[in-house]
Parts: sequence; structure tokens; C-alpha cells
Amino acid sequence: MDWGLIFRSTGQAAIGPDACYYALAAAGLNVHIGYTGLLNFGQAAFGAAGAYGLAVAVVTYGVSFWAALFIGLLVSIVLALVLGFPTLRLRTDYLAIVTLAAAEIIRLVVRSVRYTATLGGTDGLQAFGDAFFRLNPFDGGSYTPLEFRPDQVWLLVCAWPLVVVVLLVTFLLMRSPWGRVVKAIREDEDAVRSLGKNTYWYKMQSLMLGGVFGALAGIVFAMSKQSVNPDDYGTRFTFTAVAVMILGGTARVVGPVVGSVIFIGVLQFLDVFLRQAIDAGLIPGWVPIDVNKVAIIRLIFVGATLVLLMIYRPQGILGDRREVAIRDR
Amino acid sequence: MTVDAPPSWATTIPHEPGVAKPDPILVVDGVNRRFGGLLAVDVGHLEVQRGAITALIGPNGAGKTTLFNLLTGFDNPDSGSWRFAERDLSGVPAHRVAHHGMVRTFQLTKSLALLTVMENMKLGATRQRGERFWGALLRPLWRGQEKEIEERADALLERFKLSHVRDEFAGALSGGQRKLLEMARALMVQPELVMLDEPMAGVNPALKQSLLSHVKQLRTEGMTVLFVEHDMDVVYDISDWVVVLAQGRVIAEGPPAAIGANPKVIDAYLGTHFAEGGGEALGELGPDERLEVDQVGLGEPLTPGGAADA
Amino acid sequence: MAAPAAAQTEDPGSTSTTVGAAPDPSAGAVRGRLLDLKETDASEDDVPVPGVRITVEDSDGQEAGTAETDSGGLFRIPLPGEGTYTAKLDEDSLPDGVSVADDEIEFTLGPGQSRTLLFALNAPNRRTEGKVDLFLQSLVDGTYFGLLLALASVGLSLIYGTTGLVNFAHGELVTMGAIFAFWFNQTLGWPLILSGVLAVLATGAVGWLLDAAFWGPLRRRGTGNTALMVISIGVALAVLNLYLYVFGGRTRPYADYRAQPAIDFGTVSLPPKRIIGALLCLFFLVAVATALQRTRTGKAMRAISDSRDLAASSGINVDRVIRFVWLFGAGLAALGGILFSLSQDVNFEQGSSMLLLLFAAITLGGLGAAYGALIGGFVIGLFVSVSAVWVPTELKNVGALVVLILVLLVRPQGILGARERIG
Repeated sequence: MDWGLIFRSTGQAAIGPDACYYALAAAGLNVHIGYTGLLNFGQAAFGAAGAYGLAVAVVTYGVSFWAALFIGLLVSIVLALVLGFPTLRLRTDYLAIVTLAAAEIIRLVVRSVRYTATLGGTDGLQAFGDAFFRLNPFDGGSYTPLEFRPDQVWLLVCAWPLVVVVLLVTFLLMRSPWGRVVKAIREDEDAVRSLGKNTYWYKMQSLMLGGVFGALAGIVFAMSKQSVNPDDYGTRFTFTAVAVMILGGTARVVGPVVGSVIFIGVLQFLDVFLRQAIDAGLIPGWVPIDVNKVAIIRLIFVGATLVLLMIYRPQGILGDRREVAIRDR
Repeated sequence: MTVDAPPSWATTIPHEPGVAKPDPILVVDGVNRRFGGLLAVDVGHLEVQRGAITALIGPNGAGKTTLFNLLTGFDNPDSGSWRFAERDLSGVPAHRVAHHGMVRTFQLTKSLALLTVMENMKLGATRQRGERFWGALLRPLWRGQEKEIEERADALLERFKLSHVRDEFAGALSGGQRKLLEMARALMVQPELVMLDEPMAGVNPALKQSLLSHVKQLRTEGMTVLFVEHDMDVVYDISDWVVVLAQGRVIAEGPPAAIGANPKVIDAYLGTHFAEGGGEALGELGPDERLEVDQVGLGEPLTPGGAADA
Repeated sequence: MAAPAAAQTEDPGSTSTTVGAAPDPSAGAVRGRLLDLKETDASEDDVPVPGVRITVEDSDGQEAGTAETDSGGLFRIPLPGEGTYTAKLDEDSLPDGVSVADDEIEFTLGPGQSRTLLFALNAPNRRTEGKVDLFLQSLVDGTYFGLLLALASVGLSLIYGTTGLVNFAHGELVTMGAIFAFWFNQTLGWPLILSGVLAVLATGAVGWLLDAAFWGPLRRRGTGNTALMVISIGVALAVLNLYLYVFGGRTRPYADYRAQPAIDFGTVSLPPKRIIGALLCLFFLVAVATALQRTRTGKAMRAISDSRDLAASSGINVDRVIRFVWLFGAGLAALGGILFSLSQDVNFEQGSSMLLLLFAAITLGGLGAAYGALIGGFVIGLFVSVSAVWVPTELKNVGALVVLILVLLVRPQGILGARERIG
């Protein structure tokens, strides 16, 4: 067993691109679910909007990378408007189903043969981030002790400050009267309406804000892979982000980052540890496991984490048990 | 329990459904609402006097809450219109209704559990600069206004004896305290008309007196109050005028003393009582008392005795 | 005219996985895509051909794997490893008017290698053969699929109605039935009918246990509905991948009734198993409706769906009735899964890829409305199949989901659902 590799790999994941974009996606969901009570299970669609907005603009239409970044964000805002218009009137449970369905519609359309010329079909799109990586000031050699590649370091140096900005915006908004209205909507929309607030519009603003965060997540994801693929934006993306959000602590400003660093770190630890243990023959023969199945175990772990968290620690790491108790009264 | 003398206008106008008031703040015309085959609300004409406390009573399922929902934009009528303070409010969405000076509460209290009492109160203030998305990001823009609002909220909390729970979560309050909070929060809107849907339901007797005095205080301050209530003691105690709704229609109107004597009202209550076995106001009466109401008929108020000392 | 090769390399990811699954870890594979090439050059006129069975045999003539092309015309057959294989296309499974020039292809596979196969389809005169036949056939297919969805969604709807739980793991109950039946049938070698009955009973028992040991206690703890929903997502994710772990990523058929010759009814043709399956669905749907209408437990289920408190105060043992809902709901879901696999074979994600359609069904009917699911399921199934006549097959589910959103736009409470009371 190479413990050095295990810890290096875990550390790499915990502050790497995966943790970064899941933090962003979860920060968006935190605005939706945590603060506003909008059960958006279609966060993957916002990720796809950002990533595809960027990639399609660059690859298919030859727009410059920097303009395409804004197009990605713009697409997510348009998506929020289109998705929100029919769904924001719905009850929570319907909203969850409909947003999930909408995300699937988008994924199916994007991967369909019919639009391959524009959207790249199941092969996706590549080579849209060259302009960004050309600016990379980091030269060759590995960055010890975690041994990131230079382009990864460059991406992370740009992306983590983005996470800080996102959290700062969340913090500023949630301590303001705007945040008060949004949190009140989570508690009881009718009461807020009776007090003269246009709850529909607040929910739309919240959907757009969290959607833009989700789009940023999609962009970081795409840049880290240097490729966009429709199946990256399936429900697995959304539900992992939900798990990250809950782990960190729902409606806690820094919850998404704490949740993401820990969750993605633990996932990676589990992954490398199992592979090492199997290679080293530490797992007894009667256990039906092989290296190929580690990826499956990871997902079983994600599911089990969600279940156990919701049952035993619904407030997550940073949350307050008392609030959960009041809510369930 | 003492009942104030009715205002002079209430004694001079006819005691009949749809009667015109000398200074109406709310005028309802031909409002209909159907649920499937059931005509839930069918109000031909109704006026609510400015600066008075009007009670809306009626047996279960009479359409009281539905009428509230319609007037405040929470539901849309099939037909009809209404004017509030000389402005046509029909079709105006719920959130705009409050801006016109009409605010309502709900039968099941809607305190916002995970907001503190103070946050609940501050939410009630209208036209806040900090409630706009971009403005919210810049605290200097709204800090001053926030302070004013907080002072106003503190004054109201003081009046409603909620100052000591100012920073508690609203979800941690007792049922009665939540009713008080909801009423205080509604006043943060600075309305002209307050519509209370069963303000006394589930409130213990001690708190009930305090709530009653708060409602009367609103009238003193020049506000108009329209409230739904099942507790006839309360209706007799505080209302200047009573409107009786049955099966969606206004079947009687008049000052409280006159209304209990109205045979239509007795019919409506007893009819539903015997038909459904559960009319609430009379359900509280013992069988003997009910018989008494039936025999006494005209002249005696419909009450288990509370108004006898009127 | 003969259209030439009709396959292209594709990532064979499923078209509508609902809860993420890990990629199939098996080593070698063949994959391809069957397209009915039109005479024009424009590639968007090519129609994917679904439901075509491809079987791969190894050099000893033993079957190494089989698959049916999915709605996008895709197939993927994982193979055990290197060797020489023969791929055979089952001509009987081709739609009317489509034929294959050469239905056998021999190929070799290197270690860990994947290959793309090319079957040359020719479709001489489909366009003239017209959409009427296609429409009729899809009507028949849709009826089967609709009945099956209705059956599978009853439990989902009743569970929601009685407990408030939007169960994202319901698709896993559907799969569970199919896998149990597969296990009894293929591993233990019992006849499929016996296996099916046992699988339905076993899944029903699992449903009962789930409520007794998991959902019931959570409910009694006062866990909120949103929390329950998230828990069910976790359960779905974990169980789906557990299936993948245990059952593997291959699509595998039952031992019996595999290549039943279809009976030709003029323009449409159907294998007997589908007719019997449909009748079975119909029987159970009528039975469910009757039970809800007539029996004490059925009436209690409806009463609890209407108002739980009222039902409890009128002396109904709510917990006991909910346990029955889980028992029957899970059993019916399993039956739906088995009947689905009768024509589409067993796959670890068959249920989860059906989940959104099940949601569409019960949402259309109005969440929790007892009969809503029956109608909604049938409508959605029919719609999905029939829309494939006009919409590219890979997008047919999109049509159903769009309809779902449109219906909610007009009636936010669903077709049969009741409005919420305000105030």
C-alpha cells in the first residue's frame, strides 16, 4: 500500500477542480434549496448551460473565449427564466420532479444525433479553452507536495477565488432585506405574498442567481476536463451537489465549500484506498470485488451518505440541530 | 363583558343584506366563485364601513375564507369586481393588494418559523430599498431605512408584549404568541384595512382579552377591521357591524344585537347544524339553550349569554 | 435502393438514466448503431431502428451476449474477452419494411478491445409504405407500455398519497422484480411463470419490510417530506449501483419465451407473450381499481390519501394500511418490471430510466390521486410510443416530459389532483 499516493491523491481531490466545481454547484443549490426552498433537482441543466454556452460559442460559432464565458452565464439566466416561468408556481414536490425532468430533456436533446453538428452529440465538444490556458504563467514541473499539473494549477488559481466571490455574494445577499424575503418564502410563501412581496419574482431572481453559480460550476468542470459531454450533466451531477450541500450544512454560507472539500476528498480516499488494497491483496478472496468495481462503490457510497446524513445529521457539519427541530415541529 | 354602544350609522341604516354604508372603504359587486358544481361565494353587493370593526360570520363552509382569498388576490373569482378605497382591486395580484393598504392574516397562523420574531416584523415593512437585488448588495443604501423599520417594529412588539421574544425563532413561540406576531406583522404594512381570519382560534382565554383590546385599538387609530370569527362572544364584544354569510351569500347584515334575532340567521345556523351535525357557533350550546334561542326568536341575541348584560 | 452501412461509433450511454450509474466496467465490447438510412443525403432523415435483437456467439457457437437496440438505435454487447465471435441480427425483430443484407458478421476482438459493427440495412420503400402502419404498430406497442407504466405507477402514487413521500427509489422496485425473476429463472432454472409469481411476491415482501423497518420509523420520527424525498434519492442511487455491482451492466434475457414468433394481424404483428402480458396488466389494473373501490383496505387507502388526519380520527389504522400500500405497490411495480423485461430483457437501470415517466404519469394524474396514476400511466406510455412516429426515437421521452410540463402549466395540481386550500 502506497500511503503517500493515497494521501496525495486525497489532498489533490480535496482542493482540486472537482471539489471546486461541486462547491460552486452546491452554492447554487444552497441559494435555491437552502435559502429559498426551491427544490431544484435540475442543477445539472445549469451546469450544462454554462459549459455548453461556452463550448458551443467557441467551437461552433468561433466566438472568442472571453466573450463566450459571458454567453455561458447568459444562457444559464435565460434557462432560469424559461424553466422558472412555468415551474415557479408549482408546489415543492412538483417542482422537484419538473426540474429533474427539464434537466433530462436538455441532456437528451444535447446528445441527440439531430443536433450533432451544433452541440457535438455524444462525443461532446473539445478545444475551447486554449485562450485561457495560453495565459498560464505556471511553467512545467510538478507543484509539490500535491503534484498538480501546471494547467491545473492555473485553473485552480482562477477558480477558487471565484468560489470566494460566490460565497461573498451569497453572504451579502442573505444578511440583507432581500435575503430576508427569500428565506421567508422558504418558510411560507403565502404569508410573504400577503405582506406585499412579489414572491414569484423573488423566486425567479433566486433561480437565476443559483443558476449562474451552477453555470460557473459547469464552466470550471468543462475547463478542468477541457471537454464537454452531455452525460457529464446527468442526475449524478445534481445529486452529488445535493449531497455536498447537505453535508456542509443547508443555508450556511460556507457550507458548500466545507461539504465539497470533505466529500470529494473522502470519495477520492475511498477510491484510491480500495484500489490499493485490492492490488496489495489485502481484501480476502471471498469478497466479490475487483478494481473495475471501485467506481460503482463510489456511487453506492454517495447514495448511502445522503441517506445517513439526512437521518442522523440533517443539519450537516455547520448547521444547527435546533433549526431542524423547529422546522419539523 | 361590556359591549360598546353601536356607532350611530349602524342604527340609522336598514339592517338588510347589501345595504349601502355612509362611508364605505370596500365595495364588493357580484363576486362569484365556483368549485366544480359548488357555488362557494356568491356575493351580490357588500359594503364595509371605513373605521369600523366588521365581523364576517357564518356556518362552516359558508365561503368566508374563500371570500377573503378572493378579495386579497389569493384566488380569482369567476366574475365580479370590488373597489377598495376608490380603487378597483379586482384582478390585482396578492402582493399588490398589500401595497394598496389591505392586508390579511390566515386562519392557520403563518409565522415564518426559522426567522426570528424581529425578522418576521421587518418583513412586513413595504418599499424597502434593501429588498431589491442589486440594492441588497450595498448595505449603505438600506442601513438607515432598516434602522427606522426596526424602531417601528420594536414599538409594535412592545405594544403586543412580544419584546422579550424579539430574537427567538418565531417557530419557538406558543400558538397564541404566533397569532399576536402575525397581527403585529400585518400592522408593519401600515394598512388601512386589516382582514383577520379567525384571529382568536386556538388562543387561550388570557391572551384572548389582550388580542381583543388590540383589535379595538386598531379602530381607535382609524384603521378598518374585517374579521372572520366563530366565537360569538368575541363578535358581540368588538364588532360594530356583522355580516352573515351562508352558502356563499350574504343573508343578513346589521349591528350585533340585531343579528342574533334574525330568523334567517338562526335558520342558517340551525339548518346546517341539524343537517351536518356540526354548526360551530350553536354546536357550543347545550340542547336546552338551543331550544331557547329557537323560542325566543326575535329580539334576543344569538349567544350563550355573553350579551345578556348589554 | 440499398442503403449502405448503417452503423457508427457511439458512446452507448443509456438514453435516460435517471439516477447516475457508474460506467460499465467490463472489458471488451461490441457496439453500434442501427439506422434506417433514407434515400436523401441529409443525415437527419436517418431513422434509428429500435428493438432489433443482435446476438453474439463465440467460436464454439455458445451465446456470449445479446442486446436489443434502444430507442436511439444503439446497442452495446459486453463480451468476456478476446476471441473470434459471430454477431447475428435477428431478422424477425426488424420493423416491417426494413431488411438486412447480411445478418451475420464474423469478427475478432483483441484484449480489452471494443469494436463497432456495421450491419447494412436497406429500406427500399418505407416512405411509401406510409405512417399509417407505423402508427398502428406504435399504438399497439404504446398500449402495452402504457398498461405496464400504469401498473408500475400505482404504488408510487398511493405511497405519495398516503405518506407524502415522493419516492425516487420506486424505479428500483421495478428493477427488483425483473432481477428476482431473472435469478429464479436463469440461475435457479425455474420456469418463468413460477419465477415471475415468486418475484412479485418477493418484491412485495421487500416493500412491506421497507416500510416496517425503514420508512415507517422515519415517518414516526416526524421526518419532513423534503427530507424523505432526499433520503429516497440516496436509496435510489445506492440500490441502482448495487444492482450494477451484483447484476452487472449487461442486458440479459429470460430463458423462456425469448424468440416467440409474432402473430401477424395484418398491419401489426405481436408475439403471444405481449398479448398475454397486456391482458395480465389489464386484469391487475381492473383488480386494483375494484379493490380501491370495494374492499375495506382499498377504501381506507383512498380515505387516507384524501385526508390522513380525518382517516386516523375515524378509526382507520393508518400505519397498517400504509404497510399494505407498500406491499401491493412494490408487488405491482415488480410485475411491471417483469412484463417490461419480457420484451426488453433485464437491465440494472430499466426501472430508474422509467422513473421520470412514472413521475410524469402520476403528476399528470394528480399526485396522490388514487385513479390518477392508472390514467396518467396509460396516457404517458401511449404518448411515448406514438410520438415516436413523428419525433426521432431518441427524443420520444422528451415529448412526454414536455407534455408533463405543459399540463402543469395549465393545471398546477395535475389533471385529477385537488387544489390546495389557502388560508
